[in-house]
Amino acid sequence: MRFWRRPLDMPPVKLSRGEVIILPERCKGCGFCIAYCPRGVLALSEEFNKKGYHPPYVKEADKCVNCHFCEIICPEFAIYSINLFEKEGEKAGA
Amino acid sequence: MRDKAVEKGIYFMNGDHACCEGAIAAGCRFFAGYPITPATEVAERMSIRLPQVGGIYIQMEDEIASMAAILGASWGGVKAMTSTSGPGFSLMMENIGLGVCTETPCVICNVQRAGPSTGLPTNVAQGDMMQARWGSHGHYEIIALSPSSPQEMFDMTILAFNLSEEYRIPVLIMADEVVGHMNERVVIPDIEEIEIVNRAKPHAPPEGYLPYRPGPNGVPILPNCGDGYRIHVTGLTHDERGYPVMTADAQAQMVEHLVNKIVLNREKIIKTTSFYLDDAEVVVISYGITFRSARSAVEQIREAGVRAGLLKLDTVWPFPEELVRSLARNVKALVVAEINLGQMVREVERCAAGRCRVHLVPHHGGAVIRPERIIEGIRAALKRKRNR
Amino acid sequence: MRGKKRELPGHPMDRLLRVDRIPHIWCSGCGIGTIFGGVLAAIQKLDIDLNKLAMVSGIGCTGRMAGYIKVDSFHTTHGRAIPFATGLKLARPDIKVIVASGDGDLFAIGGNHLIHAARRNIDMTVICVNNLNYGMTGGQQAPSTPLGFKTTTTPEGSPEEPFNFCYLAAACGAVYVARWTALHIRLLTNSIAEALQKKGFTFIEILCPCPSVFGRRNKMGNALETLKLYHDRSVIKNEIDPKEAGIDLFGEIVVGKFVDRERPTFIDYYRSIVCHETPEDNVIRIAR
Repeated sequence: MRFWRRPLDMPPVKLSRGEVIILPERCKGCGFCIAYCPRGVLALSEEFNKKGYHPPYVKEADKCVNCHFCEIICPEFAIYSINLFEKEGEKAGA
Repeated sequence: MRDKAVEKGIYFMNGDHACCEGAIAAGCRFFAGYPITPATEVAERMSIRLPQVGGIYIQMEDEIASMAAILGASWGGVKAMTSTSGPGFSLMMENIGLGVCTETPCVICNVQRAGPSTGLPTNVAQGDMMQARWGSHGHYEIIALSPSSPQEMFDMTILAFNLSEEYRIPVLIMADEVVGHMNERVVIPDIEEIEIVNRAKPHAPPEGYLPYRPGPNGVPILPNCGDGYRIHVTGLTHDERGYPVMTADAQAQMVEHLVNKIVLNREKIIKTTSFYLDDAEVVVISYGITFRSARSAVEQIREAGVRAGLLKLDTVWPFPEELVRSLARNVKALVVAEINLGQMVREVERCAAGRCRVHLVPHHGGAVIRPERIIEGIRAALKRKRNR
Repeated sequence: MRGKKRELPGHPMDRLLRVDRIPHIWCSGCGIGTIFGGVLAAIQKLDIDLNKLAMVSGIGCTGRMAGYIKVDSFHTTHGRAIPFATGLKLARPDIKVIVASGDGDLFAIGGNHLIHAARRNIDMTVICVNNLNYGMTGGQQAPSTPLGFKTTTTPEGSPEEPFNFCYLAAACGAVYVARWTALHIRLLTNSIAEALQKKGFTFIEILCPCPSVFGRRNKMGNALETLKLYHDRSVIKNEIDPKEAGIDLFGEIVVGKFVDRERPTFIDYYRSIVCHETPEDNVIRIAR
């Protein structure tokens, strides 16, 4: 939402943060996760997996908002994300 | 529920109806079928009887669907059957193969009529005997029974269910139009006196359970759907986990298992009835409705002084090879009477292997073989020189 | 890389997968895996008792779905998943049955079974993956192949008009009919969950990229380009008459939920008409 001025009582926006986990041996290099990540977190790696595909790698880890889209669009069950705040709750609160 | 399923008593009913009563006595609670002469009466009576015993009758869109539906119902843990005749039997073949490959207990009653194609819908034949054996593609073993009277339709339907549950295989009841439509005395015993076999259930924990590992009698102990084992069942060549494996080794292992579970148990499976075999110099081999003509022929010719015996094949598949082989060693001739132009006679010839004469009394279909023709056949067989 | 030595929770779908069979056989860029993930996500979301769930498949690429889901799963013969599932469902009305198969399996060889199961309103959810051709056998013409598109058996282009599956399913009596693409994954997951909760014959068609076979032969580029096509061409039109909901790869791909209605199922009618049961006697009477 856009405001003409920032309301004084607006609560700070809390962006969720996630961590992407890639299971490279399941990957078939279709590139869906890279193309459809809304935050541009992923990129194609130069490395090959056992099947000869290039799996993705996490290029911009800090940008992940744990939207799970890579997880649900991946046809190979080769990528997923976990909530960082939940996992490291104490640190995040500090 | 079981005590009320069938009423003890002496009935006058046709073979198709007796088949239904046998099925219900055996615990069948699901029927999927499609109307076809001369098997329609089975479906009709099932549609009345199954709701009475808490079962489901459904008329499917064709015989392919009927066969698929009984496989599904069987995996749901319910004893299931279908009935049909020639054209429908042809349509069922692919899914009979699925039943064999996935080791699914079920019963198919084929009330045979004359073919090929639409043939003579209202007239008798025994022309589907080889189709019963080899009709589905690939190499496999099957169990097929051949009733010769409404009473046997009752008894053999129970036997068919028991065999299918014990050996986890589709069992075929190879009846025919005359047996299906004739009305005769049928004795239904007290349900408590009927031996019923139910499929073995696994007791091992689901984790790491190998559903397709053969059990002690060579038959795997498979769970039903919903038992918590969460297994995979496939018509692809599979291993003991039930998972597809596309190798020649896996194929060898699976096919060998499917064949062996029947071949190694055949002495327990095969049932025959014999008459006057002790002194016989010629033996008539017959099955189904033709057995009754053969019996009359043998009785008559014995009165005329010919030492004839009679072997009735209650189980047609697996074929009683050992018995026929030993008969061939001890008699001058084997006479096979069947309403086709020579199907089971091929098995008899194979087992006789030239040790005695094998004479066929064939019929094109459309009527039963008269006893006189079998008598002629016996005389001809005894007169004939060596093998045909 | 961080987190390498940590104890990771594993892929969230692993508990629903036969992980010992992953990676699956589907080609790189094939959308069946994504759609399968949607099915699993819907099951996960509804928290269905996995011991009271079964999947039945026919033959073909999508037919392999049953081999990867860790519930009682049946990979049957070509076109016969629906009648098999009919038998299973009637024998065990307490088990939820999903039929997952391809367009060729369900509408060509199995077309007769589909229309009758929909007419009878057998309680099952049919997931129809439509990749516009027969993928497993190398890309032959299917009842979904658009007019003029090339397959190995229509090298000059298909001379046949395809079915509108959603229109057909709706006309036959399906109580829930929807179409999505492999890109509408969240909407698809919600739709599958909705269908699974409904009683009766529910049908969902999902357009799926087939880059190795159909896409290659029709110069549609890689799977990402097909997804882009879905993105550009798809129009969500909920509640419209499925007759009007066409698939035009050069124009509009109409997606959405088209039918959502109530109708007694086969079992309902069987109980009331055949068994003369009142709704209060609603007991499963099959003796086991």
